[in-house]
Amino acid sequence: MKVMAQIAMIMNLDKCIGCHTCSVTCKQAWTNREGTEYIWFNNVETRPGLGYPRGWEDQDTWKGGWRRTKSGKLVPRQGGRLSSLAKIFANPNLPDLKDYYEPWSYEYDKLLSAPKDSANVPVARAVSLADKEHIDTIEWGANWDDDLGGSMETLDNDPVLKKMNLDVAKNIEDSFMFYLPRICEHCLNPTCVSACPSGAMYKRTEDGIVLVDQDKCRGWRMCVSGCPYKKVYFNHKTGKAEKCTLCYPRLEVGQPTVCSETCVGRLRYLGVILYDADRVGWAASRENEQELYQAQREILLDPNDPEVVANAQANDIPHSWITAAQESPIWALISKYEVALPLHPEFRTLPMVWYVPPLSPVVDAVTASGNDGEDHKVLLSAIAQMRIPLDYLAGLFTAGDTRPVELALRRLAAMRSYMRDVFMGREGDESIAGAVGMDGKTIEQMYRLLSIAKYDDRY
Amino acid sequence: MSDRQTPSQAGTPSPAAGPAQRTGSGSPADAAKGNALFKLGSWMRRGVASEDTRQIFMDGGRKADTFYRQRWNYDKVVRSTHGVNCTGSCSWKIYVKDGIITWESQETDYPSTGPNMPEYEPRGCPRGASFSWYEYSPTRIKHPYVRSALLDLYRDALARLGDPVLAWGEIVEDPVKARAYKSARGRGGMIRTSWEEAAEIIAASYVYTIKRYGPDRVAGFSVIPAMSMISYGAGSRFHELIGAPMLSFYDWFADLPPASPQVFGDQTDVPESGDWFNSQYLIMWGSNVPITRTPDAHFMVEARYHGQKVVVVSPDFADNTKFADDWLRVHPGTDAALAQAMGHVILTEFHVGRREPMFLDYMRRYSDAPFLIELDDQDNADTAKIPGSFLTADKMPAGTTERTENNAFRPLVLDASGSVVDPGGTLADHYGDQGASHWNLDLDGVDPVLSFMDTGDWEPVEVALPRFDLPAQAGQASVGGGVLHRGVPARRINGHLVTTVYDLLLAQYAVTRPGLPGQWPTGYDDATAPGTPAWQEEFTGVAAGAAEKIGREFALNALESGGRSMILMGAGVNHYFHADDIYRTFLALTTMCATQGVNGGGWAHYVGQEKVRPITGWSHYAFALDWARPARQMIGTGWYYLATDQWRYDGLSAESLASPLGPGVFKGKSVADCLVESAKRGWMPSYPTFDRSPLDLGEAAAKSGSSAPDYVVEELRAGRLHFAAEDPDAEENIPRVLADWRTNLLGSNAKGTEFFMKYLLGAQNDISAPELPEGDRPATMAWHDEGRTGKLDMLWTADFRNTSTTLHSDVVLPAATWYEKHDLSSTDMHPFVHSFNAAVDPPWEARTDFETFQTLARLVSKLSVGHLSTATDVVAVPLNHDTPDELNFPGGAVCAVDQLIPGVTMPKIVTVERDYTQIGQKFDTLGPLVDTAGMATKGVVFHPDEEVVKLGEQNGRAPEDAAVGAGRPLLDTDIKAADAVLMLSGTTNGRLATQGFKNLEQRTGGTLADLAEGDEDKTISFIDTRVQPRSVITSPEWSGSEHGGRRYSAFVVNKERSKPWHTLTGRPQFYLEHEWLRDMGEALPIFRPPLDRSVMRGEVALGTTRQGPEGAEVAVRYLTPHNKWSIHSSYYDNPHMLTLGRGGQTIWMSPQDADLIGVRDNEWVEARNGNGIVTARAIVSHRIPQGTVFMYHAQERVVGTPLTESSGKRGGIHNALTRIAIKPTHLAGGHAQFSYAFNYYGPTGSQRDEVTMIRRRSQEVQF
Repeated sequence: MKVMAQIAMIMNLDKCIGCHTCSVTCKQAWTNREGTEYIWFNNVETRPGLGYPRGWEDQDTWKGGWRRTKSGKLVPRQGGRLSSLAKIFANPNLPDLKDYYEPWSYEYDKLLSAPKDSANVPVARAVSLADKEHIDTIEWGANWDDDLGGSMETLDNDPVLKKMNLDVAKNIEDSFMFYLPRICEHCLNPTCVSACPSGAMYKRTEDGIVLVDQDKCRGWRMCVSGCPYKKVYFNHKTGKAEKCTLCYPRLEVGQPTVCSETCVGRLRYLGVILYDADRVGWAASRENEQELYQAQREILLDPNDPEVVANAQANDIPHSWITAAQESPIWALISKYEVALPLHPEFRTLPMVWYVPPLSPVVDAVTASGNDGEDHKVLLSAIAQMRIPLDYLAGLFTAGDTRPVELALRRLAAMRSYMRDVFMGREGDESIAGAVGMDGKTIEQMYRLLSIAKYDDRY
Repeated sequence: MSDRQTPSQAGTPSPAAGPAQRTGSGSPADAAKGNALFKLGSWMRRGVASEDTRQIFMDGGRKADTFYRQRWNYDKVVRSTHGVNCTGSCSWKIYVKDGIITWESQETDYPSTGPNMPEYEPRGCPRGASFSWYEYSPTRIKHPYVRSALLDLYRDALARLGDPVLAWGEIVEDPVKARAYKSARGRGGMIRTSWEEAAEIIAASYVYTIKRYGPDRVAGFSVIPAMSMISYGAGSRFHELIGAPMLSFYDWFADLPPASPQVFGDQTDVPESGDWFNSQYLIMWGSNVPITRTPDAHFMVEARYHGQKVVVVSPDFADNTKFADDWLRVHPGTDAALAQAMGHVILTEFHVGRREPMFLDYMRRYSDAPFLIELDDQDNADTAKIPGSFLTADKMPAGTTERTENNAFRPLVLDASGSVVDPGGTLADHYGDQGASHWNLDLDGVDPVLSFMDTGDWEPVEVALPRFDLPAQAGQASVGGGVLHRGVPARRINGHLVTTVYDLLLAQYAVTRPGLPGQWPTGYDDATAPGTPAWQEEFTGVAAGAAEKIGREFALNALESGGRSMILMGAGVNHYFHADDIYRTFLALTTMCATQGVNGGGWAHYVGQEKVRPITGWSHYAFALDWARPARQMIGTGWYYLATDQWRYDGLSAESLASPLGPGVFKGKSVADCLVESAKRGWMPSYPTFDRSPLDLGEAAAKSGSSAPDYVVEELRAGRLHFAAEDPDAEENIPRVLADWRTNLLGSNAKGTEFFMKYLLGAQNDISAPELPEGDRPATMAWHDEGRTGKLDMLWTADFRNTSTTLHSDVVLPAATWYEKHDLSSTDMHPFVHSFNAAVDPPWEARTDFETFQTLARLVSKLSVGHLSTATDVVAVPLNHDTPDELNFPGGAVCAVDQLIPGVTMPKIVTVERDYTQIGQKFDTLGPLVDTAGMATKGVVFHPDEEVVKLGEQNGRAPEDAAVGAGRPLLDTDIKAADAVLMLSGTTNGRLATQGFKNLEQRTGGTLADLAEGDEDKTISFIDTRVQPRSVITSPEWSGSEHGGRRYSAFVVNKERSKPWHTLTGRPQFYLEHEWLRDMGEALPIFRPPLDRSVMRGEVALGTTRQGPEGAEVAVRYLTPHNKWSIHSSYYDNPHMLTLGRGGQTIWMSPQDADLIGVRDNEWVEARNGNGIVTARAIVSHRIPQGTVFMYHAQERVVGTPLTESSGKRGGIHNALTRIAIKPTHLAGGHAQFSYAFNYYGPTGSQRDEVTMIRRRSQEVQF
């Protein structure tokens, strides 16, 4: 066992309101400069949808992440290093501008400077920031299919729907959506780092943050194609790769990341987690994709386990970090309450930004049936009647295994039922807690973390 | 934040400590296996490869990545916020580096809500987060500008005449010159000029207009003061000092819910968002909280975790729908039918069936349900009775009531003992000596009977009730109207046949009881009977079972939780023509389930609502009530309706909307006629008031030796004086100067924008609607063959960015942004007051709004010399709310319009002395009326004697010279003005809160002052608000309590302290007796479908498809909900927001409608109706219902909007397809809670009942 520390993030998608404040505060702080116009270290996607860049999850196209060979070895899906080096001047797996979008601005100066006797009210036309030409009809953006916009054109190409063979009816009666905010996963087993021919990418020892050394980067962009989450970008002005830094200049002085602190849905949790670096390779190369989630959980270590603590100390992890790991919401949400799940574990990078899956309204038919509202338990509905198909969530979080998703959702639902009694001045019903393998006290603890969620409990 | 430590930070070495000293995992030698190339790379780098060589670990990177660390560096962080246009009132950290504002992020230091609640941190949204882009953006207005067509004329005239005022007069009185610059509006040619010249032109236009036409021909328009009180207040103070009306905004935006004054006698009072967390059942009804209340939404989300059930009622899968447990997919605008059916279920099961004591007790005490209503005969063959007025004490034998003052306003109840009694707390006790200490809801031993059926003494009486849900047909007198016959238990009392409001309510809600005549439903599944779940399904599309279930659950939850069922409502329902009816059906639910005045329960209205927490100090500052009373305050909708000549196109007849039981007062009237009548009756304000200058009237009255009121009455009677509203196109009646600041009138809120373009401005427009033909025209208004175009001589705007409004303005002044000034912010979403602070000084030539108006005030004084000195201004004042004016029209029966009794049948006539050479002095000092006459808010009186002394010491005093304001406290900076506002308000000054409560105790006879206990010595100063947002003090200015750290909820004080509501009965009212309401068929809550203009005006019917010359088109319902990527038009020119959206104007539509016109996602479409034309790209999505398109609100057309294909002109804004639609009942006044106050009551204009044709246009676009 080699204990290492990682700063990890959990986003509770059930709380996400899709406001994109995180994207904007991040952009304002980090990427509102020339060369990074199209770059969003943090973006928010409407699901179902294509995401940004378009269809990023489809590794048949992009060849990101790792592939497990028949012998059980992991190789980058885009090819081993030799073949990558061969493709270094013509990387076929890179998204191009149309897959992201062509950034634009407007001719604002034409408003006040419009000449006397203009035929019409002046207007600021859109101009491409790439080639400075007018764009009469903007064709794609960083968040084009927000709120199911353009669903008739895009929905069928949602890689998760495709992969899960899900046929979602495009009619209002069956509609559903939720939001997926994304940053760099700061993976335990990052393809981008291994793909870099210059050795410019690295994972910080003390906190696991994955960074691009701006001095060393030579702009080969193998990291861009290697990252299955498409969270490494190419700055076309500096010619170097850039990516989410997990706001290390803030973390280093005790502030949460910009996206976390400015999240008005209060859905982001940030904290230290300990893991066994010796077993990273083991966890990432499970044969069955659906075992990857559990395998990753296995190498995340219980910070209260004396053996783990001893090993951590032996590996020079400071006492304060061990304490931080013990107090961290991350361990609790992943391993104690089991409500947080990794994003696309099948990419085998062991991502460290996890998600609590979202509840959703019941389908029309259930509401219309007028079920007896006298029974308080049916006030809060059953998972099976919800609009978001379990399979869809499983396609995102558990390589298709619906059981962990269902458990997480059932626990959220049980918390709601249990706490309703408490808030109505009744005794909490232990049978509700027991039905999801919890007890009332634990549910109340989880409730405090998810609902009350004070600043100091989130970060 | 030094006090906010992440767990992760503790062990992280700070950058100053140098590179981390720990070595990584293992040594390079250990990593000898794996790929050779990678090993080479790792060897060359300082890091350590993992054993399987798939990873490289490095220490820190503290040298390698100085780039990001340097980027994060900054010099200081300043607290500020975003002003105007949203109600978030979020505190932000503004980062400054090298004197440049770099970015912003939310403050997280709000006072705590306590250990068991989520906090208010962080507050903010993506729009606010993108604000700093404006600071140095190319759309920033850096200098003053004047249109060259005007500037050339002005310079020429000034050079010849030597006097700015004369120069202005020459230009505007010369039709050729005037036309020359007015027709150039919006067509370029803006020239940079000096501040001095730009301000001089504006000031000259003011002085000339006041001198020649009178001060009520000038108007100021600015909006939503709570989110930058001083920036609004400085401008309104200037305008009120010169006698110019401020135009209201809350009603104009259709954000005012008229149901609130109708039912509660209160403008709007709602829970802070934290109180959502206390609810256990939340219906979000027409309020898309994640978009429109972004920083507050988390309270709803988090409350779900303690088992709050969430129901969303929306026509589309909206952003908030994802949080719903049940989603009721309602057809747009039919919500009242659903609410009525839910009420039917609740009344049937819980009131009549289970007779839940909690609900019935609540109805007895906190509603008008037990009050007695007279049943009148109809003037036709139908023997069924129709509900009339409240039975009041004046109709009873002497001795019926203990107190007799104002007896015509003393409604009565039947006591359980069988006698008719005064339950106390009614309007009669609100005013006059006898009511002192009796105005309360204690009931004093009275046990009101809810239903006569609960007594042994009643007779069944058939009543006729209106309905409006029948198929609309051309030629109907009352469109969609019909009559229902139902029965009530009644009694004859002192010769009057009466029943209770409760009995009428049960009849209206179709709740069957044995022994009553009339037609009743056979059950919930009887679709023929208005009120049942099955009936509503036909209109709303919501399954009957769902309506039944949600109604039942709402009530059950209220029972279980002590009233913690809440309806969160907003623009999705409030922007309809009949929004007041929709809201009343909601408020009926919250009242019948005993939820109102309970934390976590009741109504929660959020659209455009705001709360200037320090309201008393603010209103006295902002309306210059320290110097002159009353202020001129105008209904914005009425002003714009007449000024933009939309009345010349509005064929909506009041009679066609009226009750099928007889149109009564609306017979033969158009909507415009109703507006004129309301003005003449003094129900609504009306500026310009008369066809003569109010200064000339003052002078003439003095010459005649009569008092101003006598003189005005005499002149009116003699036909020598007329109301301007009777002939709004006459030269002498038009408004001439409009100031626009903190708002983008033409790019955001101008309903019927193209009419503004043509008539107000004389600019290019795209109107194709026909004017009214003879016979359809208003009977009481003069008709000119040509409507008057280009009415305004001067439109000037202060802004920091270019908008549709700046581009049409004659003069544009560069305004400081929200990060460049000092100001105050508060909201009803949270209980804090906090500040704007200047992170940097205003750059270029920008000035704060405060400074701009200070400049103008001084300049107007200067230019007035020789033109204007002291004048007597004759102000026509409407009958006001929260004053004894309310004691008017007993029974709500209105008299004929031709009587002329000021303050009774016509406006009050009040004179104000104005010395125009002293405007600047007055602007800069606190006038004497606050201490000599006191201050009043909602009828509660404050005497700030100590405060005025303290303010003089704190702010300094004006020199003791001969000038006006000598020795008075100074208000000559924004911070001093802010401190005055805070010092003079109960919410921010505990001494005044306590004093106000004590004064109120005199009236109620109960205990109230303890609500401010512990805060008597607390004051909040401007400096305090810079340090941290401050929690406000509980004050009689509002109806809730924050005492002891409690979440604010409306009407908690009314409920818990028996303080009456400000209505006729002193209780929230189901029944409205005002004759205009009764004749509109709206005495009781009722469902009215959206307007059907195809029937009413022959316009195209919804769903019509046709093959036009330019391709297939379809008629769709046109909705304009609030935008995800903007706050009104703000941010819709910001590239961050436009990148997250689609970068320009869009219209969302369903796949079905898209198919009908052959359009695909992102293709260009053109939408047009008689009001104008919009060119936009389609967003096709299956989350949108068929038959309805959404053009999200205020997508400012100055970015990326091409020319239309149809007309070749610039495509319109969303409001190019709407127009003002006034509901006559919103003009009702002069009686009880139907009395005027600014932004409290008035026509909303509405904007949801529109239909447009839409088609695919050529995909080649020109700009």
